[in-house]
Amino acid sequence: MSLYEFVLANLMSGISIGGQYALIAIGYSMVYSILRLINFAHGDVFMLGGLFMVFLAATFPLWVAIPALIILIVALGFTIERVAYKPLRTAPRMSVMISAIGVSYLIQNLALYFTGGLNRMYPNIPWLSDPITVLGVTTRRVTVVTPFLVIALVFALVWLINNTKIGIGMRAAAKDFDTSQLMGIKINSVISMTFVIGSFLAAIGSILFFTSFPGVFPAAGAMPGLKAFVAAVFGGIGSIPGAVIGGLLIGVSETLIRGLDVILGPANLGIISRPLELATFSDAFTFILLIVVLVFKPTGLFGDKPTDKV
Amino acid sequence: MKKLSSANLITVLLLIVFFISLIVLEQLIAPTDRMNMLLVSLRQGSIFALLAVSMNLLNGFTGLFSLGHAGFMLIGAVTYAIFSIPLAYRDMVYLYYDYVIKVSFPEIFGNLLGGPGMMIGVLISIILAGLVTALIAFLVGLPVLRMRSDYLAIATLGFGEIIRAIIMWQGMGRITNGANPLRMFTRTDSFNITIGGYTFGLITFTLALLSAVGIFIILLLVTSSYGRAFKAIREDEIAAEAMGINLFKHKQLSFCISSFFAGTGGALIAIFMGTVAPIQFRAAMTYEFLLIVVLGGIGSITGSILGAMLFVFASMWWLRGLDSGAFLGLERITIFGVNLGEQVFVSGFRLVVFSVIIMCVVLFFRRGLMGDKELPYYVDKIRSKFKPTPKAGGVDA
Repeated sequence: MSLYEFVLANLMSGISIGGQYALIAIGYSMVYSILRLINFAHGDVFMLGGLFMVFLAATFPLWVAIPALIILIVALGFTIERVAYKPLRTAPRMSVMISAIGVSYLIQNLALYFTGGLNRMYPNIPWLSDPITVLGVTTRRVTVVTPFLVIALVFALVWLINNTKIGIGMRAAAKDFDTSQLMGIKINSVISMTFVIGSFLAAIGSILFFTSFPGVFPAAGAMPGLKAFVAAVFGGIGSIPGAVIGGLLIGVSETLIRGLDVILGPANLGIISRPLELATFSDAFTFILLIVVLVFKPTGLFGDKPTDKV
Repeated sequence: MKKLSSANLITVLLLIVFFISLIVLEQLIAPTDRMNMLLVSLRQGSIFALLAVSMNLLNGFTGLFSLGHAGFMLIGAVTYAIFSIPLAYRDMVYLYYDYVIKVSFPEIFGNLLGGPGMMIGVLISIILAGLVTALIAFLVGLPVLRMRSDYLAIATLGFGEIIRAIIMWQGMGRITNGANPLRMFTRTDSFNITIGGYTFGLITFTLALLSAVGIFIILLLVTSSYGRAFKAIREDEIAAEAMGINLFKHKQLSFCISSFFAGTGGALIAIFMGTVAPIQFRAAMTYEFLLIVVLGGIGSITGSILGAMLFVFASMWWLRGLDSGAFLGLERITIFGVNLGEQVFVSGFRLVVFSVIIMCVVLFFRRGLMGDKELPYYVDKIRSKFKPTPKAGGVDA
């Protein structure tokens, strides 16, 4: 494999993973902008998306399994909000976040119990996981499809937020939670809708993500979840294009760091003679990025300036 | 110095009884005995208590929602291990690297002073572990503590992961042994003391005592003027600043001290477990301690201690049957053709029950076991029930 092919293959898978992070990130971003809550359970909902698919695809044909999966995950996201977050609406923000961590802990332990902690093979989704060759690089179709699907979904979502009644409600609640209630916005249905959209995108994201991933295990959602949140912060909480750009950046830099030793190594550029073994940092890099952003531009790339109220 | 109130006196007496019974129990129970589980749980419980209290100092008393505990514990555990592995074993531990640190405090002091010297060496390693952790926490705190509350949570969580990545990095292998576990440092039986041909096992007592000392120091801090400043910051940062409290300085102080004890706690965990494998110190570990703090009551030190003990005893001992098919005779029940013992009570069920309990606490008993009150308050409350007429002046909370 030539350097060009290697870099291109890495870029493509990076963009694809980044798109999948973006889909999860939108869920984080929307919930945070309205409730000021880091929904720690969102990554685990995403993981359950993978796990449900394993079980659904084992019994149903794919055209039943995929819609059933989406409905299940949406229902789950809705239920989590109603059961674990709604009763704490007036509680201090730390309590709600602790509740989110509790839900995450519960979901992971449930998954551990029902899978026995084993890695479950993700089913082969015929069209998506077929190999194709683009620009001389052989990859799975999902790698190519993801960016386009993400763009389409983002446009649909932006349209929804800008033009529908519920979208206006969301924007109003994000601007000022209490005042929007006074203006007659049904805050509970707006929040539920936010969770429904977030879970829907997480379900789509899980199909795309796990298709090119060896399998599903109980902690599989934790890291992608955290990275997606970082993506949301990077792009500016509340900004959907921001979440997408954040996701793409994290996805691409992560795959490039994994491939760094090969790119710089003696076989290609020849800059280093010994491998740096920086692949350990592919996860940590995300957080380095987060800290750099928070120190230099706390509102992210496209975020609104927060107003501090006394 | 204030005179001890009678409720405080009762609490102190309870503690003394606890420690004496620890020493006695340790001599009575053989390691092969079934009751040895009690000792093991007590050891782990007291370490977890120190770790939970150190987390409570930050999350409960200062109001900083920090999630980097596992990373700081890892620094402590690794530092302790590096400075405690006897030189003769190092070749066996560092299989793939040439180790650069050639100091083992327990060995140095053990050679110098014999048995007690080794204990001094262990103690020095533990304190060093705390100091290294506090130093790194200081550096982490410089950018992180200036952030808003929820960004602080995610940034500390991130630093936890970064610390783990650095320790597991091959480039650090000559110091930290990379992703491979560190082992063969202090053994539990090196805490035995032989007097007149009879060997006293003191590991449980030592671990509990060290944890208690740590908790006591945090207690002193919380009740001092610094502690009041921390609480002021927790209640309202802007008002606290207006009262002349230097926000950043106090946050940094709380962060470093909390991390110091996270580091020493990590060192104690290393002694308890016998190996340090960086992969175990994930964010999930931090979550567990956070849930312990919530269980005990955010802002209560005795609550965190109780929460930690309950957590450890339940998960190590009382709920163990839920994993192995026997729990209070419930395993004989069959509902809808599902036998509880064989089909439900299998590996992992314990943790499910556990997380459901914790969710119930989070949702319905938000104050946890103790709220933000301490044990003496409840001792007084119970005593006042037995008294026919409460004395004038009432209870001092």
